[in-house]
Amino acid sequence: MSDVAPLSSTPGTWQRLARNRTAMGALAILGFIVAAAVLGPLLYPVDPHTTSEAQFAPPSLAHFFGTDLNGRDLFARVLQGARISLLVGLSGALVSFFIGTAYGLLSGYVGGRTDATLMRLIEILYAVPRLIILLIASFVFDPMVKTQLAAVWDGRWVGYSKILILILALGLIEWLTMARIVRGQVLALKNQQFVVAARSLGQSHVRILLRHLLPNLAGIVIVYLTLTIPAVILDESLLSFLGLGIQAPQASWGSLLADGAQAINPVKSSWWLLVFPAGVMSLTLLALNFLGDGLRDALDPRQRR
Amino acid sequence: MGLYFLRRFLGLFLVLWCTITLTFFLVRLAPGTPFSRERKIPPAIEKQLLARYKLDGTLWEQYRGYLGGLCKGDLGPSIKYRDRSVNELVADALPVSVVLGLSAFLLATSLGIWLGSLAALRQHQWMDTAAMLGALVLISVPSFVIGPMLALVFGLWLRWLPVGGWGSWSSLVLPALTLAGPYVAYIARLMRSSLLEVLHQDFIRTARAKGLSDAAVVTRHALKVALLPVVSFLGPLAANLLTGSIVVESIFSIPGMGGYFVNSILNRDVFLLSGVVIVYCTLLVVLNLCVDLLYGWLDRRIQIYE
Repeated sequence: MSDVAPLSSTPGTWQRLARNRTAMGALAILGFIVAAAVLGPLLYPVDPHTTSEAQFAPPSLAHFFGTDLNGRDLFARVLQGARISLLVGLSGALVSFFIGTAYGLLSGYVGGRTDATLMRLIEILYAVPRLIILLIASFVFDPMVKTQLAAVWDGRWVGYSKILILILALGLIEWLTMARIVRGQVLALKNQQFVVAARSLGQSHVRILLRHLLPNLAGIVIVYLTLTIPAVILDESLLSFLGLGIQAPQASWGSLLADGAQAINPVKSSWWLLVFPAGVMSLTLLALNFLGDGLRDALDPRQRR
Repeated sequence: MGLYFLRRFLGLFLVLWCTITLTFFLVRLAPGTPFSRERKIPPAIEKQLLARYKLDGTLWEQYRGYLGGLCKGDLGPSIKYRDRSVNELVADALPVSVVLGLSAFLLATSLGIWLGSLAALRQHQWMDTAAMLGALVLISVPSFVIGPMLALVFGLWLRWLPVGGWGSWSSLVLPALTLAGPYVAYIARLMRSSLLEVLHQDFIRTARAKGLSDAAVVTRHALKVALLPVVSFLGPLAANLLTGSIVVESIFSIPGMGGYFVNSILNRDVFLLSGVVIVYCTLLVVLNLCVDLLYGWLDRRIQIYE
C-alpha cells in the first residue's frame, strides 16, 4: 500500500469510468480541444496577431471562424485563447491543489482546536465574494508585477503580468473546497488500522501523511482537481470579459467573448465573433464538468442516485 | 432574541469596519498615485491635485480623514467623474442595481421552485430529464456566454427585446433572465432532490393514507418542509446575484453599480472603488442577517436565539 500510489481508492474505477459514455465522450472532446490548442499553431499556421484588409469577414474556407474588427483570423485567435485559458486553468488549479491539500491534510491530521480554527477561517473566506477579491487584487498587484517584470528580459514579459496575477490569485482563491474535502477524508482515514499500525511502528508524522494518507486521497483529489479547472477558467474568462484580465493583443476566451459581445449591435451583427468563442468555451466547461462528475461516480458508486 | 440581535448587529459593524480598513490599505498599497498615467503631469500640478483630494498626508491621516467622512455618510469625491461625489454616483446607480437584483431574485426563486417541484413530481419522465439537463447546461455555461447569446437571438434576430440599455420594462427582461439563469437551475436541482426525499417520508404516507388528494399532499405537507434547503440557499444566492450583477450590467450596458466598480479599477479611482466595495459589503451583510432571521423563523428546530 505504501510503496505504490494507487490512482484510485477503490478497485475497478477506470473500468467503471470507461463504461460511463458521457464521461468518455467528454474526455474525447477535451482531448481534441487540448490537442488543437497545443498543436494548433503547427497545423494551422496563421498568426493570430496579423491584421488584414478583410474586416468582419463571415466564416468561409479562408477563415473558418471569420475575422474580427482588425481583420484577424478568429480561428487562430480562438486557438491562442484556448492555450491561455487552459494554461491559466491548469496552473491555477495546481496552485489551489497544493494549498488545499496541504491545508486539509494539516487540519484533519492535527485535529482539535487547530482544526476548528482552520475550518472557521475557511468559512469566513467562503463568505467573501470571490469576484470582489479578484478585482481588488488585480487593481493592487497589477502595477507591482508590471514594474517587476519590466526589469526582466527587456520587459518582454510585461504583457504577461495579468496572466501571472490571475494564476496566483485564482489559485489562492479556489482552494477552499479542496481543503474541506481533503480534511474530511483525512478525518475518516486517520483512525483506521493501517494508520494506527504505521504509528505504532514508530513512523514519523510526515511519513504517515505523505506515504499513507496522501495515496489514499489521490482519487478524490483528482476529482476535485478536474472540477477546479473549469472554475478557474470561468473566473479568468470573467475577468477578461470585464476587460480586467488578459490584455490585448493577447487573447483568452473571455476577452474574445467581450469582443464578440461588442459586435452585437443593431447596425451590423457579426454573430460569428460571439458564437464560436462561446461555443468552444461552453463545450470545454461542460466536458470538464461531465468528466469530473463521471470520475466522482466511478470512484464512489454509492453516491450515485 | 434581543441579545442575539444586538450581537449580530455589533458583528455587522465589526465586519464592515474590517472591510473598510482592508480595502483602504490594499488600494493604497498599489504603487503610483491615481494621477500617474502614461502622460506625465508636472509635479506641481500633481501636488495640487493630491492636496485637493486630501491624498497628501501620511497614510494614517488619510485613513482617519476617510473614516471620519464615512461616519458622516460621506464616501468622498470621485477622481474620474470630476464634479461628482461618490455619494451622488452611488445614489444614481444603486436603485438600478437593486431593481435588477430583485427581479432576478424573484425570477430565480419562483421559477426554480416551480421547475424543481415539477421535475420531482414527474420523476424519470421527459419533463424531469429535460429540466435537469437544462439545469446542468445553465450551471456550466457562464452568464457572459448566455447573456450575449440571448441578446443575439431575442434582440437581433427576433427583434423582440432591446439588446441593452436601461429605462423600459422590456430592457429589464434579458438582463434579469441572464442573471437569474444559473440560480434557477441551482434552485430547481435543490428543490427536486429535497422534495423527492420528503415525498418518501412517513408523514407523507400518513397524509396519503387518510385520503388526501395528491395536490393537497404536496402543497399542504411536502412543500413546506422541502423548501428549507432552498431558504438556506438564499444567503449565498443574494451574494451571488450581487457579484453576478457586475457582469450582467457590463454585458447589457446597464448604468448600475457594477459598471462603476469596473471603471473605478480601470481608472484607478480609489474613492469610487472603496465606496462601491463598502456599499456592496453593507448590502451583503444586511442580506445575510435577513436570511438568517428568516430561516430561524421558518424552522423553529434551529435555535438561533441562545
